[in-house]
Amino acid sequence: MSQTATMSGSAPTTTPTAGTEPRGPRPKPFFTPKKIMLYATLVFFSLYFLFPLYVMVVTSFKTMPEIRFGNIFALPNQITLDAWFKAWTSACTGLTCEGLSPGFWNSVKITIPSTVVSIFIAAVNGYALVNWRFKGSEIFFSILIFGSFIPYQVFLYPLVMITRELGIFGSLQAVIIVHTIFGMPILTLLFRNYFASLPVELFKAARVDGAGFWRIFFEIMLPMSLPIFVVALILQVTGIWNDFLFGVVFAGTQNLPMTVQLNNIVNSAQGSPEYNVNMAATVLTGLVPLIIYFVSGKLFVRGVAAGAVKG
Amino acid sequence: MADTAVHTREGAEQAARPSLLNRIFLHNLSGKIAAIPMMATVLIVFIGCTVWTIYFSFTNSRLLPTGKFVGFDQYERLFATSRWNVSVTNLVTYGVFSLVFTLGIGFLLAVLMDQKIRFESAFRTIMLYPFALSFIVTGLVWQWIMNPTLGLQGTMRNLGWESFTFDWIANPRMVLFALLIAGLWQGVGFCMVLMLAGLRGVDEEIWKAARVDGIPTWRTYVSVVLPMMRGVLVTAVVLIGSGIVRLYDLVVALTNGGPGISSEVPAKYVYNYMFGGGNIGQGLAAATMMLVTVLIIMVPWAYLEFGGRGRR
Repeated sequence: MSQTATMSGSAPTTTPTAGTEPRGPRPKPFFTPKKIMLYATLVFFSLYFLFPLYVMVVTSFKTMPEIRFGNIFALPNQITLDAWFKAWTSACTGLTCEGLSPGFWNSVKITIPSTVVSIFIAAVNGYALVNWRFKGSEIFFSILIFGSFIPYQVFLYPLVMITRELGIFGSLQAVIIVHTIFGMPILTLLFRNYFASLPVELFKAARVDGAGFWRIFFEIMLPMSLPIFVVALILQVTGIWNDFLFGVVFAGTQNLPMTVQLNNIVNSAQGSPEYNVNMAATVLTGLVPLIIYFVSGKLFVRGVAAGAVKG
Repeated sequence: MADTAVHTREGAEQAARPSLLNRIFLHNLSGKIAAIPMMATVLIVFIGCTVWTIYFSFTNSRLLPTGKFVGFDQYERLFATSRWNVSVTNLVTYGVFSLVFTLGIGFLLAVLMDQKIRFESAFRTIMLYPFALSFIVTGLVWQWIMNPTLGLQGTMRNLGWESFTFDWIANPRMVLFALLIAGLWQGVGFCMVLMLAGLRGVDEEIWKAARVDGIPTWRTYVSVVLPMMRGVLVTAVVLIGSGIVRLYDLVVALTNGGPGISSEVPAKYVYNYMFGGGNIGQGLAAATMMLVTVLIIMVPWAYLEFGGRGRR
């Protein structure tokens, strides 16, 4: 590769010495075999990633006779929204047949307070860890991060006991508390690293001027940390919306989130399965995180990467 | 009267040692109050609940955690239960394949994406969007695609390819690979993004130096760039690994452990014994074994990351 490059090197501003790569952009024919291989591989993988989305959407617009004809690639003969209406209003989730709409609203009721509470607590935590350190605070933080890798199954039963003692087992409060607990490690890490990157002089100046803990937090730190709040928001809304385990254990039968109800519609249905309704329900459940993903774009990447990079 | 006496004595002691009290409680009081949720989470949940689970895994608790101490009985029963052994074997098989393929494909895609290609953000959007979806959605879509009669197999046969076979979801020997296809679909994009960030973090000078020395590109990736990405690689392994141990939703949605028990996993075993089987002690013992597995993965990592040198 380097040989051909020296042969066909362009004329850059600096004269290259013999044997080294010329500087500046090299003229590239677009259709080299290497390029074709490169794009072919990328397109192949893209098809693997896109195929389920295509199948899911196409199936949801078909009628059952058309599906039984047996071609999951085919576009619907005529687009019908019946499956979508049925998935939303009258598909059976175990005992009741009210469709996914109650699950959707349950998920909304779980996601909004859980997101707000967990982000607020984690932001205050991160702020305290950076600017108001006390003896032992870093030890607590280390255990918090380490604890985030422990499987949830280890905490599940004791948490059931604790929430039962508090009288909130099987209620929205229980799910909110559990989401706050298990969102805390990653969010605290996120906010701690962000606050640590802000100039400490700001904090010191505010202290000299007599501002206290909360005043500095609300009037100086919060206005400066909008980007990290957006990242945390994306992380939490998608994470909590997609949760299954905590919903099924702690929410109680009245508050089962959308993921749980979706699984009930598809996997515990009686009678012949209606694949178009199943797929419409699946699309509906995936819609909220997908919209967040497509709207947030680069911030989502930052969010998930932030979830990965330790401090 | 006695109460007041005690109070005054305590008061006297406090007055006598103001510095200690001050150090522990009053100094930086707001900071400590703000950290109460974190301290409670660490002490009650991450430490307290773990200890509780380990302790009660040594009891014969059934419907309520009140049983008496029975030593390692639950663990003996656990390892004598074929469902548990199948679960563990499944998890190990799935885990090895998932780790290798996620890292391998993730790295390959990251390298391809790093070739100054066109439409980079479009490709990234396509590869990462499944990561936004839940395991339940992932599992249900692939359950439909892999449906033997009406899914991919049925379609291919209807189109005239009579011998086309893709019945992994109903085949006890292949069902783990059905899980793998769905799991990779969901997680590879994320691994690619991580790896791409790692590749972009490699100094351009390294590439120039390798080119000057006439080292082939693939060789530079394998021998120079990959070792330099150690941090990202370790992070990816730890994240993928802890995700694998937790594998639960995907199995529930895609196969529900079937056919038979051929795709059962430990997390599902724990759940079923705790909330379905009315045998809490057994579920807790299984949960403790999951904890031990994670510790075996985590402790060497924590030692390497934090024990060696203070990086970042």
